[in-house]
Amino acid sequence: MFAFILARLLQAIPVLLVVAFISFAMFQFVGDPLVALLGQNFTAEEADRMRHTLGLDQPFLVQYVHFLGRVLQGDFGISYRLARPVGELLAERLPATVELSLTAAVLALLVGVPLGVLTGIKRNAVISRAMMVFSLIGVSLPTFLIGILLILFFAVQLGVLPSYGRGDIVHFSHWTTGFLTSSGRQAVILPAITLGMFQMTLILRLVRSEMLEVMRSDFIKFARARGLTSRAINFNHALSNTLVPVFTIVGLQLGMLIAFSIVTETVFQWPGMGLLLVQSIGNADIPVMSAYLLLIAVVFVTINLVVDLLYFAVDPRLRGGGK
Amino acid sequence: MALLEVSQLCVEFPTRRGTLRALDNISFGIEPGEILGVVGESGAGKSLTGSAIIGLLEPPGRVASGQIIFDGKRIDNLDQEAMRAIRGRHIGAIFQDPLTTLDPLMSVGKQLIETMQTHLKLSDRDAKARAIQWLEEVGIPAASERVFAYPHQFSGGMRQRVVIALALCAEPRLVIADEPTTALDVSIQAQIITLMRRLAADHGTSIMLVTHDMGVIAETCDRVAVMYAGRIVEIGPVENVVRSPQHPYTEGLMGSIPSLEARVARLRQIDGAMPRLNAIPQGCAFNPRCTKVMDRCREERPDLLPAGTTEAACFLVQGGAR
Repeated sequence: MFAFILARLLQAIPVLLVVAFISFAMFQFVGDPLVALLGQNFTAEEADRMRHTLGLDQPFLVQYVHFLGRVLQGDFGISYRLARPVGELLAERLPATVELSLTAAVLALLVGVPLGVLTGIKRNAVISRAMMVFSLIGVSLPTFLIGILLILFFAVQLGVLPSYGRGDIVHFSHWTTGFLTSSGRQAVILPAITLGMFQMTLILRLVRSEMLEVMRSDFIKFARARGLTSRAINFNHALSNTLVPVFTIVGLQLGMLIAFSIVTETVFQWPGMGLLLVQSIGNADIPVMSAYLLLIAVVFVTINLVVDLLYFAVDPRLRGGGK
Repeated sequence: MALLEVSQLCVEFPTRRGTLRALDNISFGIEPGEILGVVGESGAGKSLTGSAIIGLLEPPGRVASGQIIFDGKRIDNLDQEAMRAIRGRHIGAIFQDPLTTLDPLMSVGKQLIETMQTHLKLSDRDAKARAIQWLEEVGIPAASERVFAYPHQFSGGMRQRVVIALALCAEPRLVIADEPTTALDVSIQAQIITLMRRLAADHGTSIMLVTHDMGVIAETCDRVAVMYAGRIVEIGPVENVVRSPQHPYTEGLMGSIPSLEARVARLRQIDGAMPRLNAIPQGCAFNPRCTKVMDRCREERPDLLPAGTTEAACFLVQGGAR
């Protein structure tokens, strides 16, 4: 087990290097940070001086190697736009995004899995058909539209939930949480629904199709013939056999939630990393963008490792052990 | 009194193009402790009869008419929950492919314990002890060490033993074994058949053995029912049916079995194929393939008629006309 984890971590190194390279290369083309730093009017000398201070006059590969060297020492550079260390900026924004993403993921799982099981078992019931139509809407409506509609209804018309921000937060050394205040809890509801809606419907549809598949299998028929209760059949046998593919998708989706909460954070002005990224892109703030992409790569690698470990927990066939 | 009494059972599948009758007026009984073989070609309705008895017909299939009486009580019209309580507890089932009938993610011991605790009041400890006992009884070596092993850690034959233990662990009085040896190696088949016979004798269990293997039937069963196109064409003590088949179809079946004692140049075969459910001919369903067909067979459908110790659905047996 330990060897497996170690091997996976070693495999992650080239992945991260490539991500770093690609992101760094891409940002060569997003715009000139000097415009943001120096304003509309500047002389050629001022520009050259600034280029030199930032190291932008050096060849691309040299810049990349310098970037890597600094990253290994935990230094992600200074934000061009905010003139503050990038590590600090991300650390400040991370809790908001993580809390939002986790809430959305838990919501998606708590609603998506049971509904998937239900629609999988009673696939011809009216409620199942209604669910499938509803899930189609969830899959196809763009996130920002869902967010805006939710704001319109719950914040503007009913006035029961806040439409932006994170509410009051509580600090714990490096972490901030909104879960401990009522305004914080209220503030997370709409963005979490918005962010989790797509995942929820995706999980619903996935669990449903996996359930349909498993319910046709011989061992379910045999479980029926053994006279087990439908509860035991549906949950102890059928659902557990759908978990491996569901874990795979949910794991990837959680990564997506953290990485691409950008739209939701923008719509709700949620002070997380997504909002920071959007602002950074607008200002060609390369250090922030590079660090962000690296962080996301780390998140994905970690989640995939966790998912692989979950496979071992779920499926005895993978754990080995001879005949 | 018979343990199981099936009378005039019809099973139908409503489809868009009309209703298909998959089982047509099936009647038979199984005595306590008896092993009844059910034999026939693929699609003759053997497995369907088993599914109908345990109430697990795949929708849209349904029992259209007739009765199934088990232990003096009618069971074909029970609600789902009442039928569930009978399955496993009073009527067990064994399926064809042991590689797919066990839940791959649950240890065999847990599946046994789960089945027993569903039907019997047993503490966790007693249930575990009995699970080990059952594994020993079906011949799993080192049962107490392997009780919590997973299905993939057993070979095919061993898995079928586990399936048999699962079918018998709540001590049902009838077991419906649907092609229990078809997916196994020939050498393993004999072991499994011997095991089933021994267990049935030890526990006084009746078995309905569905198979297309006449050899297995001849070795194992007390009586045999021959099915053709959703009907029983002949039923009787296994020796009589094998030695002196009354129905031309049974005769053809027996003629197609290779035998060491009487080597023939060419095995006899029945020409043609069984009709589809939507094109069953009028009269006797076998008439287009029958070598002894008469005009009457094309118009009138023969009922099961007594012919000595057996019964056959053929006009030829009437009054010993053969």
